[in-house]
Amino acid sequence: MELALNQPAPLLKRLSWFDWLFAAIVATGALFALSRFGDYMDIYEKAILLAVIPSLAVFGWFWKPFRPLFLVVGAISLFAFSQYQGNLARMEEAFFLKYLISSQAAIMWMCALFGLATLAYWAGLLARSDFMLKSGSTLTWSAVAMGFIGLMVRWYESYLIGADVGHIPVSNLYEVFVLFCLITAMMYLYYEARYQARQMGAFVLLVISAAVGFILWYTFDRGAHEIQPLVPALKSWWMKLHVPANFVGYGAFSIAAMLGGAYLLASRGILASRLPKLEVLDDVMYKTIAVGFAFFTIATILGAMWAAEAWGGYWSWDPKETWALIVWLNYAAWLHIRLVKGLRGPMLAWWAVVGLFVTTFAFIGVNILLSGLHSYGTL
Amino acid sequence: MNTATHYFGKSLFELLSSMRFAISLLSILAVASIVGTVLKQAEPYSNYIIQFGPFWFQVFEKLGLYDVYHAAWFLVILTFLVASTSVCIYRNAPNFAREMKSFREHVSEQSLAAFKHKHEAVTEQPPEMLAASAQRYLEGQGYKVKSLLREDGMLLAAKAGSWNRLGYFLAHSAIVMICIGGLMDGNLVFKAQQVLGYKKIETRDIPQSQVPAISRLSPSNPSFRGSVQIPEGSSADVAFLNVADGYLVQDLPFTVALKQFRIEHYSTGQPKSFESDIELFDRSGKKIREATIAVNHPLIHDNIAIYQASFADGGTRLSLRGWNLFAPTIATFPIEGTVHQNTTLTSAAGNYTLEFTDFRPFNIENMGGEVEASGDTMSVLGGSPVSDKRHLRNVGPSFQYKLRDARGQAREFSNYMLPLELDGRWYLMSGVRESPNESFRYLRMPLDAGGDIDSFMRLRGALLNAELRPEIAARFARQALPQEAWGTEIEDKLKFSATQVLALFAEGGFQSLGVFIEDKVPEAERDKAAGTYLRILELAAFEALQIANRQASLPAPAADDATGWLVRDTLNSMSDMFVYGAPIYLQLMQYDEVKASGLQLTRSPGKNVVYFGSLLLTLGVFFMLYVRERRVWVRIKPGHALLAMSSAKHTIDFEKEFVQHAQALDTLTQQTSTSAK
Ligand code: HEM
Repeated sequence: MELALNQPAPLLKRLSWFDWLFAAIVATGALFALSRFGDYMDIYEKAILLAVIPSLAVFGWFWKPFRPLFLVVGAISLFAFSQYQGNLARMEEAFFLKYLISSQAAIMWMCALFGLATLAYWAGLLARSDFMLKSGSTLTWSAVAMGFIGLMVRWYESYLIGADVGHIPVSNLYEVFVLFCLITAMMYLYYEARYQARQMGAFVLLVISAAVGFILWYTFDRGAHEIQPLVPALKSWWMKLHVPANFVGYGAFSIAAMLGGAYLLASRGILASRLPKLEVLDDVMYKTIAVGFAFFTIATILGAMWAAEAWGGYWSWDPKETWALIVWLNYAAWLHIRLVKGLRGPMLAWWAVVGLFVTTFAFIGVNILLSGLHSYGTL
Repeated sequence: MNTATHYFGKSLFELLSSMRFAISLLSILAVASIVGTVLKQAEPYSNYIIQFGPFWFQVFEKLGLYDVYHAAWFLVILTFLVASTSVCIYRNAPNFAREMKSFREHVSEQSLAAFKHKHEAVTEQPPEMLAASAQRYLEGQGYKVKSLLREDGMLLAAKAGSWNRLGYFLAHSAIVMICIGGLMDGNLVFKAQQVLGYKKIETRDIPQSQVPAISRLSPSNPSFRGSVQIPEGSSADVAFLNVADGYLVQDLPFTVALKQFRIEHYSTGQPKSFESDIELFDRSGKKIREATIAVNHPLIHDNIAIYQASFADGGTRLSLRGWNLFAPTIATFPIEGTVHQNTTLTSAAGNYTLEFTDFRPFNIENMGGEVEASGDTMSVLGGSPVSDKRHLRNVGPSFQYKLRDARGQAREFSNYMLPLELDGRWYLMSGVRESPNESFRYLRMPLDAGGDIDSFMRLRGALLNAELRPEIAARFARQALPQEAWGTEIEDKLKFSATQVLALFAEGGFQSLGVFIEDKVPEAERDKAAGTYLRILELAAFEALQIANRQASLPAPAADDATGWLVRDTLNSMSDMFVYGAPIYLQLMQYDEVKASGLQLTRSPGKNVVYFGSLLLTLGVFFMLYVRERRVWVRIKPGHALLAMSSAKHTIDFEKEFVQHAQALDTLTQQTSTSAK
């Protein structure tokens, strides 16, 4: 009872020593990187790196489990770097690199772990087993860690290939698919804990598994995992902001669509007793679309600003650009529908599900079927 | 009448500001935008005619489908969106502004009692004391609180998250602002001028200086987006704007000169950077600026941004050696050419126009076979991310040209300057194709020990030379027969056969031999005959090479494998010559490269409006989605407290917060009562 009366303490007082330690580690890492590699960065890249310090620190304070994830990923990545001893060929010799934490090995582990997580969530949902649901969460966390390690190591490997080849791994379809899996999974893990509703995982992990399927096909059939140097159009610090912002959007919309699917099933009585209440599904759907919309707005604006610098116009009605607008309009419509009495409920859920098709088309359909200025990935 | 217009105006206002209409507009705009992504925009009109046929081409043109995003109907949808948003702001603004300020302290007791979210508690506390502690609590929760005295107690009116409303203004006026900014950078001014007949699109292919004033835009044109290609060492004072099926010439307030254009490559051959060193001169010829621009690094001068957009050949000068492929001699002739220019060529086979179309200093080719999967861990993981680039090789310069005959028919050729190694032997390659969507077929001319095609050409000449045939046949027969058979009928027969084979081959290569065999030899014996003829041809060709070398005062060819391959390759290549489609081969001897840089020049006054609108949009969206607007009232009478709560949006967070406040009220009422006792 007393608790309800306590005023929330000012943010800074609410932080524990671990929060501060975390911030200190983030800052040390970033400043070290700055002092060591600052000569290779332009002023914008330095600014981005510095802005990353408070962003990550605050993000860690806001979402506590992010801190151990960050530390684990950081520690293992550093270990992997040291295993290379500056020599790429160690990838096929050193035990840890070969089987666990070279970029490709780690990403394949990520794929496997996401697959297992999907199975665990479904088993947990169908058998109403808390244990299985918890295992699903744990597996998802491990997959996220492996995926991030994979990307970090890939980043490092790209520099080992050649100083001029090195770049942040968000530049082709393979890399952004990995990023998509990771961002989607992280956002999901946040809502799962917040709403205490692990059953949602069964649905959300389906869309991640689909992306994993694509990664595997893309790797084995097309060899798309090869690290390629950047084409001149992509050599810009804008990429570092535009692409991740976009993927927060894509990830959020995918979660919303899967929950929309769950909503539609549950409202017809299918799995209804096993899934969270409809209001919860609706609420998470709204929350994710809100995050997605906000980030997609930013991403599109950043994209326009980048285009203004690279192509000579902030808006060229290039197919990718236009489809981003279509996605954005679609979710603007969704948010407005929610404000109209009488249109909510299944209608919104359907709209979110259809939204996934629109989003998927904007994400990969455009690259496969339409041609344009966007050069980061053709199949 | 008056009431009717009034009525109409009112219902239009209602329609435009209705949420359902807004939703429809957003959806319609989304669907309309798809059109332009499915149909490639702003292609040359001839492409559309080929694609759709003349009838549908016209229908689609009327619908504006080749430039959807500037078509009247698309602009109408956008206008509706802007109108709807504006009306919506106009309608909501006063209310929302009032709401932001107001604490809604005039809420009546009955209406509080009718709230869905309300909580009652009994208290023994005097109203002032409870009100004070409740106010402290609410303020601690981030509420602004107004405390009011009522006849029989107190009323606390509290609000939080008013910025949500501000967000609404920001985001929605941002939409209007962005659309206006976009409009400022669009081509509305030109469209108007075009409709009024002041301006006209130029569709003829004429030199820029001859484009009449009606198709030129003045340097003060507030917004444009054009492009121009400048060869190294040249300059330009105009840009070209592609519009519909033609173009406009935009006069620039300055002259851009290109000093140098550079491409850097990665070790794998992919391009790494494109850079242009440019200089700007004002109208009087004074240099005003010098800069290097690159992709992602434009130069902005006089509100005009200059971008590195593309590159091309800027008129490389080529020194060529022409070979007459069907002449029995090896005389060559020199040709000088310049890329993007034409030359006429008079040859024994008729007159041709030579159109030099391109020159490429590098050609990165994949020269390797497939890499075998090794079946180890790496292949289980999809293989190493380090790509295997061993097979990529720069095979040197090449140039492209079209050879147009008197009837206007043209074939396209692509000749490499340097030899290529194929199957362990070296060849000079010349590609040919009939139309741009075919891939090149290659004529491979074998190199001799000296690394030249001279031996090939010499042997080719000898084989085409009818006068040499008796001697070749004689030497061949002597070589083929043992001494006892010399001078016999067998020798005559063999000589005859050899002459015949040589003549057939010189007429049309293996093809002619094949036709002859099919005509003359019974089916059962064809394979054998073909083998025999081939053997005769090869041996005779070897003799021809001896003669050719002797005539050129060169040492006799060695009777080794290399010569054997040279002869065989020459025969193959000669046979291909008959389908090469040109009587000459042009060998690139030297070049003097001139590159051209493609620049894009834009002036977009709306850009800052759009950016400012984007900033407002971002802020607005965050405020609307992340600032939760909610209100709390606490009505306190002696012995009784009522808490009511409302929000425009009922989410789970809101429900949770309500429960928290209700519990807090319970605690407060009890606590104060116990402490009062
Ligand atoms: C591209 C155009 C538009 C965008 C991006 C946009 C965006 C938004 C967003 C993000 C919200 C917040 C939704 C939420 O809180 O869940 C919102 C609310 C709203 N929009 Fe729009 N909107 C657009 C056009 C319109 C138009 C044309 C109208 C007028 C008919 C309109 C009327 C409203 C109203 C009345 C609200 C509710 C405000 C509130 O009660 O908090 N919007 N809009």
